[in-house]
Amino acid sequence: MDILDILLSASFWAATVRIASPLIFATLGELICERAGVLNLGIEGIMVIGAFAGWMAVYLGTGLWAGVAVAMLAGMLFGLLHATLTVPFGLSQHVVGLGITLLATATASFAYRLSLPEVTSPPKIEPFQPLEIPGLSQIPLLGPALFSQTALTYLAFVLIVVVSVVLYRTPLGLALRAAGENPASVEAQGLSVTAIRMGAVIVGSGLMGVGGAFLTMSAFSSFFFEMVNGRGWICIALVVFGAWRPGKAALGALLFAAFDALQVRLQQTPMGALIPYQVFLMVPYVLSILALVLMSRRAEVPAALMVPFNKGER
Amino acid sequence: MRLEPIPNPSALRRVGLPAGALALTVLIASLLALLAGANPFATLGLILKGAAGSRFALLETLNRATPLIFTGLAVAVAFRAKLWNIGAEAQLYAGAVVTVLLGTGALPLPSVFLVPVIAAAAMLAGALVLLGPVLLKTRAGVDEVVTTLLFNFIMLLAVSWLLEGPLKDPMGMGWPKSPALEKAARLPRIVEGLRLHWGFGLAILSAIAVRVIQTRTTLGYEMRAVGLNAEAARFAGIPVGRVMVKTALLSGGLAALAGFSEVAGLKGNLTLDLSPGFGYTGIIVAMLALLNPLGVVVSALFVAGVFVGADSMSRAAGVPTYIADILLATALLTMVLALRLTTARIRWR
Repeated sequence: MDILDILLSASFWAATVRIASPLIFATLGELICERAGVLNLGIEGIMVIGAFAGWMAVYLGTGLWAGVAVAMLAGMLFGLLHATLTVPFGLSQHVVGLGITLLATATASFAYRLSLPEVTSPPKIEPFQPLEIPGLSQIPLLGPALFSQTALTYLAFVLIVVVSVVLYRTPLGLALRAAGENPASVEAQGLSVTAIRMGAVIVGSGLMGVGGAFLTMSAFSSFFFEMVNGRGWICIALVVFGAWRPGKAALGALLFAAFDALQVRLQQTPMGALIPYQVFLMVPYVLSILALVLMSRRAEVPAALMVPFNKGER
Repeated sequence: MRLEPIPNPSALRRVGLPAGALALTVLIASLLALLAGANPFATLGLILKGAAGSRFALLETLNRATPLIFTGLAVAVAFRAKLWNIGAEAQLYAGAVVTVLLGTGALPLPSVFLVPVIAAAAMLAGALVLLGPVLLKTRAGVDEVVTTLLFNFIMLLAVSWLLEGPLKDPMGMGWPKSPALEKAARLPRIVEGLRLHWGFGLAILSAIAVRVIQTRTTLGYEMRAVGLNAEAARFAGIPVGRVMVKTALLSGGLAALAGFSEVAGLKGNLTLDLSPGFGYTGIIVAMLALLNPLGVVVSALFVAGVFVGADSMSRAAGVPTYIADILLATALLTMVLALRLTTARIRWR
């Protein structure tokens, strides 16, 4: 039985966790934005600019972690632009988000061509190496999957906990959630909805940048134009699938990654060879749509998502 | 800061702010040219010259504008009704696939019948592609932004499969491309000898048709009402769900015409690079035109000119051609901001 063999192989579980990592970063980033009331459709482009900036920084000689910081800053910069246009100016979050995606993607392409005019294939960097946790990495199946990953993957999992704790256990998290549910109540507390929402979009975009950087600095070792390939849009679906909760959304990312890892392996089985490979490649997108359909019935959408807040208006 | 509405914006505000947005866009493009080590004035001049400096350049711009008018109209129609169709790319390819299916010898008809039949079938295919996400929206409350976006990827993979399988040209030397359309299925050129086909004429006609639908029909009124306030429209007895579906059919059909016109008018066959993102660029076109169908024609010409001009400038001056994408994204963002500020002023504190 092919599927059983795959499910019992350590490489499948390791791949699942690896594929999920960039999605976890970006999904948490999007979740933070949406919880504060701002839909960030810039996610796809911000992941591209993160992937490019981090990789370029490392190529130019900064260390790997400095590269991650550069990717995060690049993401935050576009986040700042998105936040400025959508929060104080209250412009359409759809239009601005798509505009940011176009701008960030084009900026990455422009900068790539500018810095490497002649190359036909992009140069490689030395990416993050797997960090084996002594002892734990020896556990069958779980060891390679959970305790033999790169530092960025561990960071992604730590972030799930951090984001959950901040959202549900701190005054800041309460204010952020209130900004997305009932902004007037935030102002009544003497806090600024504008500041909270802008902060959320900037921080969230920073995480999206790191998610993109995972692709060039951990999963692969170069930058390609089409490398993000809709992952950002998938993350938006994952936020809905996770009912705007960090834990559930991360679980969704893992489930999704498992299907992705499975389809790659099924392609190589004798049965899979009979089916066009494009059908397998469609699986992630079809699953995302299915996830949206399944979850939309019991949607717990933040009540003020996509509703601009202008002080003094009601 | 907060925004305070201005009841009657002055003419200076209404003209000056969009002009300022354009100036800012040009300024940013100049800075990018400087960054690339080129003279900004020469760069902008070369873009202008490449877009409209010769008969060849102008025809190239008109050709590039043709699919953008269709996708721009598709987006404008949908966005007007607050239907966020980001899937024009998928609908375009649906139209292209149908054009190849019917245009390679399947229908033994003379050209005068064959071309309209193919165009209608292509529209139907595009409409059906958008129908899925819209029914999910109206029936199950699934957000159409993400579903239409994801459909783009699914459709591109489907086309890739078709071009490597059932639709593959047996004489194509192994390349994933479709066989060429038969002559009767091709859109003729407007003037013999000039590289401009009737797809452009069809695009202009479509813009006029959309304008008529929007201003002279009940459907147009209903679409506007739903876009302005769906709740109020429902309360006034407008069947919001049905209007959404009709809007979707029109929008998807228009986007599919882009694929039809590119295959039947320009390329003659279908490849995976038929559209360099015409579906997505249609969003910029529609927004710059303020969702006005006749404005779409003008803004499509502008956007096409920037792309064609940047391509030719890039070959001459060495500034990466992606400057065009940055320029257009900047134009989009600055323009929506400028329009917001024509009707509202900033109050600090």
